[in-house]
Amino acid sequence: MTRIEIRFHGRGGQGAVTAAESLGEAAILEGKYALAFPEYGAERRGAPVLAFTRIDDRPIYEREPILEPDVVVVLDPSLPPQIYLKGLKKTGLLVVNTKRSPDRVAEHLQSSGLESPRCIASVDATEIAVKHIGAPIVNTAMLAALIKASRVVSLDTVKKVIYDRFSARPHIAEANMKVMDEAYERTEVVCL
Amino acid sequence: MSLTLEKKEEKKEGLKQVIGRRIAATGNYAAALAVRDADIDVAAIYPITPQVQIAEKIAEFVADGELDAEVIHVEGEHSALSAVVAAAATGARAFTATSSQGLEYMHEILYIASSLRQPVVMALATRALSAPINIWNDYADAFGMRETGWIMLFSENVQEVYDNLVQAFRIAEHPDVLLPVVVTLDGYILSHTVEPLEPLGREEVLSFAPKRPRGYRPVLDPDYPITVGTLGTPHWYYEAKYQQVVALRESKRVIEEAGREFGKKYGREYGLIEKYMMDDAELAFVSLGATASLVKAAVDRLRKEGVKAGMIKIRVLRPFPADEIAEALENVEAWATLNRAISYGAAIEEPLFTEIAAALAVRGIVKPMASFVHGMGGRDIFVREIVEMYKKLDEIRRSGRRVKRTYFWGVKGHDPEEDQAM
Repeated sequence: MTRIEIRFHGRGGQGAVTAAESLGEAAILEGKYALAFPEYGAERRGAPVLAFTRIDDRPIYEREPILEPDVVVVLDPSLPPQIYLKGLKKTGLLVVNTKRSPDRVAEHLQSSGLESPRCIASVDATEIAVKHIGAPIVNTAMLAALIKASRVVSLDTVKKVIYDRFSARPHIAEANMKVMDEAYERTEVVCL
Repeated sequence: MSLTLEKKEEKKEGLKQVIGRRIAATGNYAAALAVRDADIDVAAIYPITPQVQIAEKIAEFVADGELDAEVIHVEGEHSALSAVVAAAATGARAFTATSSQGLEYMHEILYIASSLRQPVVMALATRALSAPINIWNDYADAFGMRETGWIMLFSENVQEVYDNLVQAFRIAEHPDVLLPVVVTLDGYILSHTVEPLEPLGREEVLSFAPKRPRGYRPVLDPDYPITVGTLGTPHWYYEAKYQQVVALRESKRVIEEAGREFGKKYGREYGLIEKYMMDDAELAFVSLGATASLVKAAVDRLRKEGVKAGMIKIRVLRPFPADEIAEALENVEAWATLNRAISYGAAIEEPLFTEIAAALAVRGIVKPMASFVHGMGGRDIFVREIVEMYKKLDEIRRSGRRVKRTYFWGVKGHDPEEDQAM
């Protein structure tokens, strides 16, 4: 595998940073090198949040923010696409939390005058998270969607990382396992 | 009640799995793990962003029974370091951590720790100084403590945070050294970034940095009273200061020995400096901390273009590795520094440069040279910008012109070349 660079867009409270870190941790557990870091700012619930994961087979020296990601993961459908599509490679992948199908997402982007990337994946992560967790914390659902679309790490490794992270609160850990299974199942992927 | 007990057991099991294998950790977590594995006796830490998790994690280790240490709650950093110095004076293995304004608030005690020759260890999450208020990374705090008599180790990545802290205890407590050691981790860039980490575990750490018998150095003991921190009149003060000069100079041998043995035992060797692609390098940059990673990435890109670029990472800022840097730069055609610190009003405002230029000048080595500042207050440095800096250095080498001022790279609306005309 060559290098893969993933950028997460969310709002404070949705778990974008945890998603980036968990993905990095999963890659590390699978024997790869990874850096996972947020765009550091004052943390406020509801404020736009950026987080990055850079994965490679070799040690990574580039500690700079990811300006031209291979993958963009959007946790909050209310974020403007002009912002989250910025720099996304044409050959890249967009993973969105939305009720819309990937085709409808592409149409929506085109009607806004934006070019869609080669692949689009979508899942109604909010509905799935609310159903199992009782709150719109969509990060684990979006990780499952990302894995279905990109296979950057295995779903089992990420599930293990998430489970361990919440091991002190088994009911939350279990609920997230259900979220990830359902999100993985329901994610639709369309590539041009 | 039973629920609480179950939780604790679960955590301990998880911990056993963690030791001796590759995990994912932030710099803050790595620092706390190193301190736990070094089995410290006392910690006094006042939390400050971005170091807070070190304090939290140590408190958690103690609460969970994984570390048998006294955690002293203090009202500020001045007290934190005072408590740790006093603990060390009784023979305890003592640790603190801080950042930025917290380090400034400790400043008075920094000198006292080193001149009382107390082997305390500190983690410094490097961060900009106010004003304006800024919680992000640069090295202003670390460079402000260069004159305080501490041994200073810079870390490039999360693994080095752990490894440097493990070595720090061995170096500080060595009978030929007895000096405090600070280990830096770039605020956020290391403190909050998840990376691979191979912790050694307590057994290995205590075999590498064993706790010495309490009486091996003079300590406060009611049965054998001594005085620590007495008045030094003009009659003897100067002699005490000269002893500090010698102690820091001679600590180099112990630091090198620790780095070599660490390499033998664990496969990761540490020197005073690290050379990257320097064998045939014509253009060399000197940098430190996590910034060194970015410079390595720039070297990789330049090498692909056929440019003979190399870099030197300073791991040990104090005592300054003058011989090693002079030797490494002797055969390059031009050199420059890249730093996230400013020495306001200095002959050259980038402070690494003045030291290296002096080290070279006294050895009669003069060649095209320049200095660069970037990344203040968490401003991102991009690899492509460092590639541009190398190209600027190449232009200086070819033109033979003398650069008398620091290039302040990346200042909005400012051409760094304008400073040369001022």
